[in-house]
Amino acid sequence: MIVNEKIAIDHGLKKDEYKKICELLKRTPNITELGIFSAMWNEHCSYKSSRLHLKKLPTKGKQVIQGPGENAGVVDIGDNDAIVFKIESHNHPSFIEPYQGAATGVGGIMRDVFTMGARPIANLNSIHFGSTQHKKTKNLLRGVVHGIGGYGNCMGVPTIAGQTSFDSSYNGNILVNAMTLGLVKKDKIFYSKAAGLNKPVIYVGSKTGRDGIHGASMASASFDDKIEEKKPTVQVGDPFTEKLLLEACLELMEGDSIIAIQDMGAAGLTSSSIEMASKGNLGIEINLSKVPCREAKMTPYEIMLSESQERMLIVLENGKEEQAKQIFDKWNLDFAVIGKTTKSKKIELYFDSEKVADIPVNTLVENSPMYDRKWKKAKLPKKNKINKDEINNLKIIEVLKKILANPNICSKEWIWQQYDHTVMGDTIQKPGGDSGVVRVHGTNKAVAASVDSSAVYCWAHPLTGGKQVVCESFRNLISVGAKPIAITNCLNFGSPENEENMGEFVECVQGIGEASSYLRFPVVSGNVSFYNQTKDQGIKPTPSIGGVGLIKDYTKMITMDFKEVDNIVLVIGKTEGHIDQSLFARVILDEKNGPPPEINLFNEKNNGETLLKLIDSNLIKSAHDISLGGIITAVSKMCIKGNKGINLKKPKYLISDIEYFFSEDQGRYIVEISKKDQKKVLDILNKNAVHYDELGTIDENMLFLNEKTKVTIDELKGFNTKWLKEYTSN
Amino acid sequence: MKSAVITFPGSNCDRDMDVALKKFGFKNKMVWHQDVELPKSDLVVLPGGFSYGDYLRCGSMASKSKIMQSVINFANSGGMVMGICNGFQILVETGLVPGVLLRNKYLEFICRNVFVRINNKHNSYFKNISNDVLELHIAHNEGNYFCTNDQLKEIEDNSQVAINYCNNEGKIEQPFNPNGSIKNIAGIFNKEKNVLGMMPHPERMIDPSLSGEDGSLFFKNLINNLK
Repeated sequence: MIVNEKIAIDHGLKKDEYKKICELLKRTPNITELGIFSAMWNEHCSYKSSRLHLKKLPTKGKQVIQGPGENAGVVDIGDNDAIVFKIESHNHPSFIEPYQGAATGVGGIMRDVFTMGARPIANLNSIHFGSTQHKKTKNLLRGVVHGIGGYGNCMGVPTIAGQTSFDSSYNGNILVNAMTLGLVKKDKIFYSKAAGLNKPVIYVGSKTGRDGIHGASMASASFDDKIEEKKPTVQVGDPFTEKLLLEACLELMEGDSIIAIQDMGAAGLTSSSIEMASKGNLGIEINLSKVPCREAKMTPYEIMLSESQERMLIVLENGKEEQAKQIFDKWNLDFAVIGKTTKSKKIELYFDSEKVADIPVNTLVENSPMYDRKWKKAKLPKKNKINKDEINNLKIIEVLKKILANPNICSKEWIWQQYDHTVMGDTIQKPGGDSGVVRVHGTNKAVAASVDSSAVYCWAHPLTGGKQVVCESFRNLISVGAKPIAITNCLNFGSPENEENMGEFVECVQGIGEASSYLRFPVVSGNVSFYNQTKDQGIKPTPSIGGVGLIKDYTKMITMDFKEVDNIVLVIGKTEGHIDQSLFARVILDEKNGPPPEINLFNEKNNGETLLKLIDSNLIKSAHDISLGGIITAVSKMCIKGNKGINLKKPKYLISDIEYFFSEDQGRYIVEISKKDQKKVLDILNKNAVHYDELGTIDENMLFLNEKTKVTIDELKGFNTKWLKEYTSN
Repeated sequence: MKSAVITFPGSNCDRDMDVALKKFGFKNKMVWHQDVELPKSDLVVLPGGFSYGDYLRCGSMASKSKIMQSVINFANSGGMVMGICNGFQILVETGLVPGVLLRNKYLEFICRNVFVRINNKHNSYFKNISNDVLELHIAHNEGNYFCTNDQLKEIEDNSQVAINYCNNEGKIEQPFNPNGSIKNIAGIFNKEKNVLGMMPHPERMIDPSLSGEDGSLFFKNLINNLK
């Protein structure tokens, strides 16, 4: 086939991009070469619209061993232990085929982590669906949950936390973000940088099939009416093979035969071979006839662009082939020497004896397009005037019941009970808390992880929203007693070619950068997913932040369930009564405008660090951060979890009861302390200039409000658990 | 006491079982599925996981692996063989214990704590255990125990039911049945009671920081019974 501009455009390339390819090569590419360029230059692989802005994120820190640019980020947790972690999107495939899309998302992120030599120890996910009334939502929810469970459960890696939301902006484009944490010895981390000449290039894992061809291009385009036709671009996962691949790779990694290793993820053999060569400043020569294929008569083009799962590319030391092959034979996996490293700095592909591609590596990587897209700055919306009479007539308990039953607040037990969250025997905090926590096997340490996003705040004001998500992650880690270390981000946005969507991206990234820099909570890995839109309608901007923290002594871990009757409950942080963009405003007042709550980074850091001090001094019995639904929602959840009640009293404030209990001001926590520690705790809070309110005392099984109204915890629990169960059971 | 845990391709609770057995005093050895002979053992464990990716039928392919002939011979000569979760599915496929394990009634994977009532303490697994009800943990997709009426009669006549799903007070009723198992059966013995298959994972309940400690009770009792 003779390549021309039309074929290039069909591959998702722009006219001028095609022109640039011809200039760089000084000739017209052949079809295989064009396929390789289209895979490397699409948004998903090249970050062409985002690179410029991502550079501004803070990525360094005392504990950072590896920042962005590798398969995953790595942080130091002491004693020669390190945590490897990353979050990644699998949005487009999951909308087209929810089970396989979600499953291979989980499989892909686990591969990124064990490629670096780490055994995966925890999975998390952030999943977002359209309106609960939309006809596709229920099946997508079921498919995605089954897919995540199907893959993670089979791998034997616990899924310890997650986040689920519903919003009509995801009606035509759901989000599935998967995150994995792995544990590795600091001196046994593996990288993807090739080194040395004439080193054998090895293919291991599953055979290559025709699935997933152009997957990365599909992920870089918007959805239209013909979306169903894209089903064949969704990869099919086989967690069993991945489990074997994991064990085989870790076994090989015990020795010293690997120079570089890279999983075949998006754009398969193309991006893995090119990344290894590019990082090593080398060339690579591959004989495609040696690639193990699942189907007959696969062409070089198909082999290079296949996204078949569960495959790895390894550069080995010379002479170690036989020893490595034995390990893969033991695990019944394909093993083939398919090429070697060269000094040509080119990627040279042969099929039988014919040369089918010859491309300088730098044209694919360094010379890939980078765009400074136009973007529009968002204005801070004006505050809404709240009708005091309207809200003062509301009955707080009735409002609370509605909020607890809201799809975005209600218990997600139906989801996480389908994920094996206890395998590996180290899960000490299950899903449903502020963070999931797993012990570092055989030690006193534990690692906490949480995944958060606040699309509504980001939509209302991207800069504030970006900051807020990082702060929420910080708070979720602190609430379980973990010292926050670093984050990974999955940036889900609409089209970068749309100035408003691009503006949302730029300002969210700026917000994330400001907060993570101030909180010393650097970004060590991540992924950008653009074109999350159907036709011209983009999703609400949804950066998902995966946070990781360390608990040095796991016996000091905090959970959110109220522990003991008569203990005192405090609110840490100041309540100003910010109602705009709160769940209360949207669900009860049907008000969607106004600014999100302000972020005060000084208070955020001070409140959080002071709470960590209190936890470290064993003064805190339970803790929970205040987020969606405000103080009373947070307190109710603590009551439900602990099967205890509370005597709630609003402190003397100028704001109304509704504003006090439902507002979503930031930087706040609810904590439980015992009476005997009250003085000590208040002294520490005062000394650190942390604002606090005394909210009440823990009761047997009833929530009392201002000594007037009451409701049983069982009733609140009923409201909190019933919605999702009913929704999914018919 | 010596134990052996078999690792099949796709086993994923093999390490957890190794940790648990060692914690309570067993000298444990890991055995690869392609080995032919078992090491000298007082207890052989088939661990949980997804052997052979649950392809064909859960446990079916593992039941034909090389090592299994030795496990079957060991069981038939009176050796203690315990299958947990996928291990139970493998035992059913070998015919060492009767019945089959179907997909859970609501077609969903279930991971949570359950209560089980010990039905028969006249055996080396549960003899001398102080509690009648244990809180254990399940994590499975195919734990819905089923057998024919004739088999059920035989199982009951021989007191082969080991544990039943129940509530915290030991009531064996339908609402406390997580997966649709016939008669709330969570675990059964062979006729001689030296082979036990059960869905719950005692190895995940061996530490107060985990889901609970009734697994510790089970293992402590088990090793004492074997001494």
